[in-house]
Amino acid sequence: MVLLLQYTLIFASVLSLVALGGCFSEHSGIINLGLEGIMVIGALGGAMTLDAMGGQAAPAVVLATLAVSILCGMAYAALLGFACIQFSADQTLVGTALNILATALATVIVKARNMARNPDDVSSTVQYVTGKKAFIFRIGSFEFNWFMLIALIALILAGIILYRTRFGLRLMACGENPQAADSVGINVYKMRWAGVLISGALGGLGGICYITAGVSEWKFENGVAGFGFLALAVMIFGAWKPLNIGLAALLFGFFRTLSNVYSSIGILANLNIPGTLYNMLPYIISLLVLAFTSRNSRAPKAEGIPYDKGSR
Amino acid sequence: MPESKTVKQKESIWKKPGFQAVFASVICVLVGLLIGLIVLAIIKPAGAWDSIVTIVLNFFNYPTGAARLRYLGNTLVKTAPLLMCALSIQFCYKVGLFNIGAAGQYVVGAGACLYAALAWNQPWWVCMLLAVLAGGIYGAIVGALKAYLNVNEVISGIMLNWIGLYGVNMLLSKVKESTSPYTIGVASANPSAIMPSLGMEKLFTNNKYVTIAIPLSVIIAIVVWIVQSKTTFGYELQATGFNKDAARYAGMKEKRNIILSLIIGGALAGIGAAFLYLTGYEQWSCTQSSVPNMGFDGISAAFLGGLNPIGTIFASYFIQHITDGGSYLDKAIYPSQISDLISAIIIYLCGFVLFFKYVMNSRIRAKEEKKLREEKKSEGGQA
Repeated sequence: MVLLLQYTLIFASVLSLVALGGCFSEHSGIINLGLEGIMVIGALGGAMTLDAMGGQAAPAVVLATLAVSILCGMAYAALLGFACIQFSADQTLVGTALNILATALATVIVKARNMARNPDDVSSTVQYVTGKKAFIFRIGSFEFNWFMLIALIALILAGIILYRTRFGLRLMACGENPQAADSVGINVYKMRWAGVLISGALGGLGGICYITAGVSEWKFENGVAGFGFLALAVMIFGAWKPLNIGLAALLFGFFRTLSNVYSSIGILANLNIPGTLYNMLPYIISLLVLAFTSRNSRAPKAEGIPYDKGSR
Repeated sequence: MPESKTVKQKESIWKKPGFQAVFASVICVLVGLLIGLIVLAIIKPAGAWDSIVTIVLNFFNYPTGAARLRYLGNTLVKTAPLLMCALSIQFCYKVGLFNIGAAGQYVVGAGACLYAALAWNQPWWVCMLLAVLAGGIYGAIVGALKAYLNVNEVISGIMLNWIGLYGVNMLLSKVKESTSPYTIGVASANPSAIMPSLGMEKLFTNNKYVTIAIPLSVIIAIVVWIVQSKTTFGYELQATGFNKDAARYAGMKEKRNIILSLIIGGALAGIGAAFLYLTGYEQWSCTQSSVPNMGFDGISAAFLGGLNPIGTIFASYFIQHITDGGSYLDKAIYPSQISDLISAIIIYLCGFVLFFKYVMNSRIRAKEEKKLREEKKSEGGQA
């Protein structure tokens, strides 16, 4: 049971970080379908840092890993901003391109690195067994992970920033009615850049959190297995509001956890359901949830539409 | 007035949309290759240029004509399914839908045709029809969710991709080899399920994987082009894509059109899987943990082809050509995924095509206006 709680919390942390990323971007008016790719790149930066710093003082490892993941995520998200804000590119197309590009890029980088170290090693795997320990300390049999706290702080901060600060309200105005926002002197392009970069930072954090959640090595050929899209489902289910996103993340995190721990829970193991079904479960649940919640969508009204100063 | 006529007659080739599309795609390819070259150079500068040449040469790396033809055959065998996936995406995009679920529709198509071939011993055309049916139904789910429940087709498509992958892995483990994770070879277990070659293998130095799938895929692309540009049905679908509400006011059933186009898109992706797995070229690995790339490469091919079915034929071939070319790299130094990287960069660059065309058009317009002004000036001087 402790295992179930622990994994639910850590997967919920990943989902809420990434979903918040999507939330900031969409409130500014840019649909960020590239979150999956941003997670991969953030995870890559973080994993390399963990691998390089394994064995050093824990606080230094944690801070450096977080910083590198955030920076990688932001740099990668800038590719989305560049195409979609500066050049009015199709946001769905560019987001998808970023997802495919991220996996290819990460695979090439990791393989090149592994081959340079050992010519016989053609895998796309990064190991971070020792580095990962810096993020964890035990409370009894419960493994507390710093990311749980980070996700909680991010949720609270996001709620305050979006609804209580001038910046947040302006950001949301750009996603609802950019022409009106512009008419009162808000720079829509700048606000959208801010939204995209924040989503890059949170997506990068989510990425490193995800790959350190249950395992201590990652095969980058597999990307992050649709987790970025699960996070988008969480965001939609959470109606683009931080508090609801947190709750939705807990629900989805629970279903994702079942596939990891079902064999160690007596009742579930006795049911003799094939493990593959548990793997499918989060995707099936999110499909159902989307079917029930998308109809009266609370999506920001101007999301997905490139802002053109000249049009009315 | 005669002046304006002469201007029209001299209309430059740069103004033609078809030429612009091809030009934009060529630029995307060149920039993609350039970035690929830079990445190769970062890994190891010494062999970078030779490697990019190797990728572009693909089967020309073989010294003899016979071997080249044989491996051209292999590339074509994989181009056929890629072209189908690209058409699936192209067809739906024209209706304003981004069918990223093509990857999953391809997966269930593969599941259906392989299961029919291996468990039920059906002939190839039954297997192929089942693949079409499976893909179509899978597409219909995305379409119905979009039309009636307003579910974003990209997110539902991705979810269905993963559900399909796990489901097909489960289904096909019933017909797998006992000692490996791969499905039983179709050619040995049920030769009637292999698509007929009609003697085409002789053209490609007895490459037994070359079947009617290749010409069929090109014919389907042409049919799609005719449907889209010459029929009322195609026009209605595109009108729905331009403006859903306007289409509804004009009496078109926009919900029906959305579902129908995703069914067709799904069927195209499904038949694509049949075109690969019913040649015996590849066996399905029941332990694969990521969705096959074919559907995603289809996105590159569709956009690189300028979202035109005929352009897509060439773009699909090109994408498959460089993907295969990547496998000839010196694997001790360079990862073969460089090719995936190049095609991913090409998709990203395709996002700029609209802007690129806009710049081209506005430059041409500016030039013409300047010319007109000058002509008027000289005219005024004479009068």
